[in-house]
Amino acid sequence: MTDRVILEVKDLCKHFAVKGKGVLRAVDHVSLQLHEGETLGLVGESGCGKTTLGRTIVKIYRPDAGQVLYEGRDIWQQKGRADLEYHKNVQMIFQDPYASLDPLSVISTSIGEGLDIHGMYKGKARHDRILELLQMVGLNKEHANRFPHEFSGGQRQRIGIARALAVEPRVIVCDEPISALDVSIQAQVMNLLVRLQDEMKLSYLFITHDLSMVRAISNRIAVMYLGSIVELADADTLYTHHLHPYTSALLSAIPIPDPDVEEKRSRMILSGDLPSPIGLGAGCPFASRCPRAKDVCRQSRPMLTEMEKGHFVACHRAKEG
Amino acid sequence: MQHVLDVRDLAVSFFTYAGEVQAVRGVSWYLDSHETIAIVGESGCGKSVTIQTVMGLLQSPPGRVKAGSVLFDGREMLGLPARELRQMQGNRMSMIFQDPLSYLNPTMRVGEQIAESYILHNHVSRAEARQKVLDMMRLISFPEPERNMYVYPHQLSGGQRQRIMVAMALICGPEVLFADEPTTALDVTIQAQIIELMNELKEKVHTSIVLITHDLGVVANMAQRIYVMYAGQIVERGSARDIFYRPRHPYTWGLLASVPRLDQKQRRNFTFIPGTPPDLLSPPKGCAFAARCPYAMAACASFDPEEAAFEGDGHYARCFLYHKGAEAMLQKAQKERGIEA
Repeated sequence: MTDRVILEVKDLCKHFAVKGKGVLRAVDHVSLQLHEGETLGLVGESGCGKTTLGRTIVKIYRPDAGQVLYEGRDIWQQKGRADLEYHKNVQMIFQDPYASLDPLSVISTSIGEGLDIHGMYKGKARHDRILELLQMVGLNKEHANRFPHEFSGGQRQRIGIARALAVEPRVIVCDEPISALDVSIQAQVMNLLVRLQDEMKLSYLFITHDLSMVRAISNRIAVMYLGSIVELADADTLYTHHLHPYTSALLSAIPIPDPDVEEKRSRMILSGDLPSPIGLGAGCPFASRCPRAKDVCRQSRPMLTEMEKGHFVACHRAKEG
Repeated sequence: MQHVLDVRDLAVSFFTYAGEVQAVRGVSWYLDSHETIAIVGESGCGKSVTIQTVMGLLQSPPGRVKAGSVLFDGREMLGLPARELRQMQGNRMSMIFQDPLSYLNPTMRVGEQIAESYILHNHVSRAEARQKVLDMMRLISFPEPERNMYVYPHQLSGGQRQRIMVAMALICGPEVLFADEPTTALDVTIQAQIIELMNELKEKVHTSIVLITHDLGVVANMAQRIYVMYAGQIVERGSARDIFYRPRHPYTWGLLASVPRLDQKQRRNFTFIPGTPPDLLSPPKGCAFAARCPYAMAACASFDPEEAAFEGDGHYARCFLYHKGAEAMLQKAQKERGIEA
């Protein structure tokens, strides 16, 4: 991992108009940097905007405000070849290995599609490249001419990874790549992702709700709540010296597979549910569930500020310790 | 002492166009009153089918119970006439499911849905049931029960819906509650609420719980005893501490090792179980785990292992490593796993 920033998200907003209800601020003024060769974990509960952020980065959505910079260049300012180049360099792996593959195409077609679009590897080289990719993800060449329904969930996710890797990307947005898999298969796919990262110096934006897994693989972790990043720090700091009350609640809610540890743990159970993300007020989005909320929290929104080097928190009360 | 539930040698198959899928292949377990047991395993291991059969919810055809017995309070449940079965379902045993939205009726107010089984089983009027519904909603700490009993499921969040499911399941005070992946569809902060609720209610309404899950963290929080299932069989059983701290079956080792833990630091290499579970259309001869087992021996592929007993409270594993002829392999396994003999 280097300190060179490969992808930067600056003050990004993505809002959706919900008919008759108002505006859903799915991503609200989010900024983050992805370093070369790094894994940045992006965690949060359903509806927090983590997937929307990932999709905005790969240009599935057009942001309402803010920028996405790749190698310092705004991706929405470039057209033609430069735009195509961006799509080659930033790929995505999807959550559902069943829905993300075309059921009517054999997998060599799905994997090779990107190669054709970008004019890479033609003729025999294209064929060899597909077989090489299959091998890289732990499948073999007999699999090339099979249809998605002939594969298990874990194998399909490998195919999704092969497809993303085909065009030699530098950044991969992984959107819950292992959530649909059984635990023993999750570990297989994670090992694959880690190995590929080392071999190809890939940078991952790893979107997940699985906080145990994300700790194991991430260099840094960003915690999202209702469209905003509430805390960002390197992985160990986030788990041992977290400052935001939501991070504390989230971490204490994860059960640890160890009865003795669980017996001794004190758990901070949040009351209530996630409030509706539509038409949020001016205050801190977490104020309605926060055990430490004061008047200031309901009135003004805390900014993400650097408390210690590399440790960012958006909380009025974090400074008080 | 008589067990509340006693399942013996249960075998269930599904007869499909492709052939007979042997989903459950001779499973025995029991449940005592006031305890929570967990049946743990990956998708397709037969844990849900086992529970559906016990509840009398097995769809037949294509499903068929091939052998075994299910004793509830000493009474045989398999082959019970539908009428008698219905008197038990929702009354003396009930179930909560993974996805509350697909099990709640979208066109009925939640209060009515909670009351439904109470009215049916206790022959009371709706007005009488109303008070009971309010009590239940208070018991599950549902805010503003007087108002919220009139809302529809779509107006509630996932966690609230799951609470409604819990209230529905417990209103008749069942002796047994089956919970099939009760928190899998929920966010972690909501999962923590539901786990706490179920542990609390178990004491308050004196029910016993059969928990089905693949999440070992949830198991560590709820269960006193654990059954580990693989390919339609129970491969290991014992107290929660036996299974977590003194696991004996190679599949249990693999399962425990492949789960990352929140209290562990970064690592670049995850232990995993190679391969995939066998196809139950044609289950392999011998131990079903042999093909994926790092310590498989010649015997494993041809003979079914017997259960080996261990110290502790009813701790058994179905594995040849503990056969007297397998000492060398057992030593190798224990050395590799860092287990003291």
